[in-house]
Amino acid sequence: MNAPDLLAVIDLALESVARAGADAADCVLVESDSVEARVRDAEIDFVKQARERTLGIRALVGGDRGKSSAITSTSDLSEAAVTRMASETVALARATAVDPSAGIPEDGFATDDPDLALYHEADRDVSVEARIEDARRAEAAARAVDPRIANSEGSAVGSDYSTIAIGNHAGFRGSYRSSSHSLFSEPLAHQNGSMQRDYWYTTARKLSDLESPDAVGRRAGERAIRRLGASRLSTCEAPVIFDPVTAPSLLGHIASCITGYAIYRESSFLAGRLGEQVASDLVTLIDDGRLPGGLGSKPFDGEGQPTRRTVAIDRGKLASYLLDSYSARKLGMQTTGSAARSAGSPPSVGTTNFWLEPGDASLEEIIADTGRGLLVTELIGMGFNPVTGDYSRGAAGLWIENGAISHPVEEITIAGSFGDMLTNIDAVGSDLLWRGRTAAPSVRISNMTIAGE
Amino acid sequence: MKEPTPRETGDEALGFFRDHFGLDDRSLVSALDTALERQIDFADLFFEYSTQDSVSLEESIVKNGDRHIEQGVGVRAQIGERQGYAHSDDVTVESVKLAATTARAISAGAGGVSSVPVGSGTPTVHDLYPVATAPTDVPIERKVSLLSEIDIYARGLDPRVKQVMASAVSQHRNVLVVGSDGSLVGDVRPLVRLNVQVIVADASGQRREVGYQGMGGRFEFEKLLDPEAWKPLVAESVRVATLNLDAEACPAGAMDVVLGPGWPGILLHEAIGHGLEGDFNRKKTSAFSDRLGERVASKGVTVVDDGTIPGRRGSLNVDDEGTPTQRTVLIEDGILRGYLQDRLNARLMGVESTGNGRRESYAHLPMPRMTNTFMLAGEEDPDDVIRSVKRGIYAVSFGGGQVDITSGKFVFSANEAYKIEDGQLGAPLKGATLIGNGPDVLTRVSMIGNDLELDWGIGTCGKDGQGVPVGVGLPTLRVEELTVGGTEG
Repeated sequence: MNAPDLLAVIDLALESVARAGADAADCVLVESDSVEARVRDAEIDFVKQARERTLGIRALVGGDRGKSSAITSTSDLSEAAVTRMASETVALARATAVDPSAGIPEDGFATDDPDLALYHEADRDVSVEARIEDARRAEAAARAVDPRIANSEGSAVGSDYSTIAIGNHAGFRGSYRSSSHSLFSEPLAHQNGSMQRDYWYTTARKLSDLESPDAVGRRAGERAIRRLGASRLSTCEAPVIFDPVTAPSLLGHIASCITGYAIYRESSFLAGRLGEQVASDLVTLIDDGRLPGGLGSKPFDGEGQPTRRTVAIDRGKLASYLLDSYSARKLGMQTTGSAARSAGSPPSVGTTNFWLEPGDASLEEIIADTGRGLLVTELIGMGFNPVTGDYSRGAAGLWIENGAISHPVEEITIAGSFGDMLTNIDAVGSDLLWRGRTAAPSVRISNMTIAGE
Repeated sequence: MKEPTPRETGDEALGFFRDHFGLDDRSLVSALDTALERQIDFADLFFEYSTQDSVSLEESIVKNGDRHIEQGVGVRAQIGERQGYAHSDDVTVESVKLAATTARAISAGAGGVSSVPVGSGTPTVHDLYPVATAPTDVPIERKVSLLSEIDIYARGLDPRVKQVMASAVSQHRNVLVVGSDGSLVGDVRPLVRLNVQVIVADASGQRREVGYQGMGGRFEFEKLLDPEAWKPLVAESVRVATLNLDAEACPAGAMDVVLGPGWPGILLHEAIGHGLEGDFNRKKTSAFSDRLGERVASKGVTVVDDGTIPGRRGSLNVDDEGTPTQRTVLIEDGILRGYLQDRLNARLMGVESTGNGRRESYAHLPMPRMTNTFMLAGEEDPDDVIRSVKRGIYAVSFGGGQVDITSGKFVFSANEAYKIEDGQLGAPLKGATLIGNGPDVLTRVSMIGNDLELDWGIGTCGKDGQGVPVGVGLPTLRVEELTVGGTEG
């Protein structure tokens, strides 16, 4: 469907919920067209194509004491199905409880139409076969790195073209198209009967902005090879460097602790600490939904509010929470245009393009400066508790001795109090790497507990 | 209520798709024939119509109710190791044929197979989850009042409870699998789940902790409405949260670990289960590749994957390729006996599918996945297992886990654990991560309790971006020398 057709479906849904008795409503329609393929060695593993559409309807009913709300979603967009879902939404809303804070924004909607370079029509002419050829090249490049790479989990390509349309009872209507592409390679290296895997990937809104298949395959192969012969460590305390692959996970933890929901629920160790120094003064964290070509960019958020630039942490000081209209209302604050929305769920808070401002030093310089410590290149497990800030995750990486990489290590954990970890950041690299919505350069934490043998 | 026979369970799904989408035998045959116009080893159609609803509470208010309808069809064509897949949320004969045209593009060769003989419905072997009322047909008002009762009860249990978050989720899925081998299998799958999370604060308000407990399975929603069922669940989440208010920093380093019964079975899921999935073993990317018949665990260790336990979250009458589920012995008395297979990997490895071909929805390709994975009970008294440890930890409950199939390294995070000193349980410990090596962790099992328990019905397993419901189970287990990722040296 083109944008006017999507908005016509939204108009129909909004008229139907109003007729069914809703006092306020908004709708989200997501349409996506995607292709994915994976190759192992020279052979195709799978090719998958899909077209999906989902309409989400949110309706609020109630009066002076507050409103109650409900959400429905359907992939059947026929007129009969839409009108039926609309009245089901209102009936469902009548069954939930009145919430004095419930509501849909009445004003402040995005009125501009910034060119964010989210969609590139010409790439739609690139055939699936050409993309599969890219995967084959990445696969070959990975295997060419070293004879010890003779197997793989494959190299994959994907392209997605989406249209998102949002409308509400207060008259907001907006839609935008976006595209994204990816190329991923995951080779296996083997030596003396043991195996190691690693991966590399690239992702961008425009095909020509992807790293080359040769570069992706080579990087993936090099990363797998350098893990061969990994050993464990003796339990110790040491400085820990997160590389630009693992450092964004730290930003993810911070994001989960500064959403308005975590704050009003007091389910975050950062609740109530606005204005306080919560991290080292090397740390400046920014969320900006309007970076041209950004993988998290969009002209408006899930409630039609314009996206913007928010400094979340300014030289270590907690400068802003991330808020949608509901959590802002709960906290007596203003939305930061951070409403994330899928068709089937109520708004929540999400980051857009979220990054840690880079410093001056290269990773090599940080390693040289470290003397003895750990460079973490992979993290596994879910050992972070946002309520207490307790942090303990499985890790693999490279041991640093005398300011240089010494040998690979694995089957270890790194642990600490996340609050202390943020305060103990004593180096931030210059190597900011964008390949998703969240990006960070290398980061060093002066001291953590490393558990091993 | 009338107990439906297995035959009727399959027919119910078939009838549903016939009535709802006008899919008769002729249209199914013609869609498959479209796929088979190319040279194809096997093709199938997977139809799905799912209804899901949920209600959620926080701050003593049921703030949201939602309801979702998902429908679609996925068409798959296989030749050799290749798979072509296309799916559509438009369930019409035309769109199924269009998807079949896309899927078959994986093959260049011309086909020549004559019309597929689609039967009148292949009887299913099991009937593991008959329900009189679809969970999504239980009135939303009853679910709303359940959450309000839970909120009041939780706050009444302990004045330190500051926040209660609860949700009830109901799902009802109709699936129909039509294969180019003439198979036609339907299934109707109920799934319910209740989640309770509490946040507690100590008197000073300085220290806060969280506790979570959930329960669910493939059974009547009615069961969750029974206070005998939900009260223990709520009490458990409050107990864990308040216990952790006094938790001490966890030690770091290698030490003996006693795992409690039930949910700690995710050790098996992560450490060995994934490594025994057929796809990784066909591709020889698993640390367990080519090791059938070898010793991978201590004597006495027997691990099974069983999709046939009535009412369990991980159970299925048939997998998502229409193959009946079964009980598969993975490890028998310490020896590796079997892998988990879907159709593709079974064919390529020259074995039979074990009924483990699962997919998240019609929008996903099937893969070998676990169902309910657990270790059989041993003979030790659980108290004796704890008493046997000089210095170590006793881990009772876990958050989540993850594994690197290739290196075999796995982790899982404890949210209820205690120090053991000289055989005595000591202070509760703050969240610790355990890390180990899958291929050898079960060789370090030195004592197996007599108390096998299955989990409460809360597991969701993720693989390649697809989530499917699973179950785990374990008796109390002593494992020598696991690395515990705490902060105290």
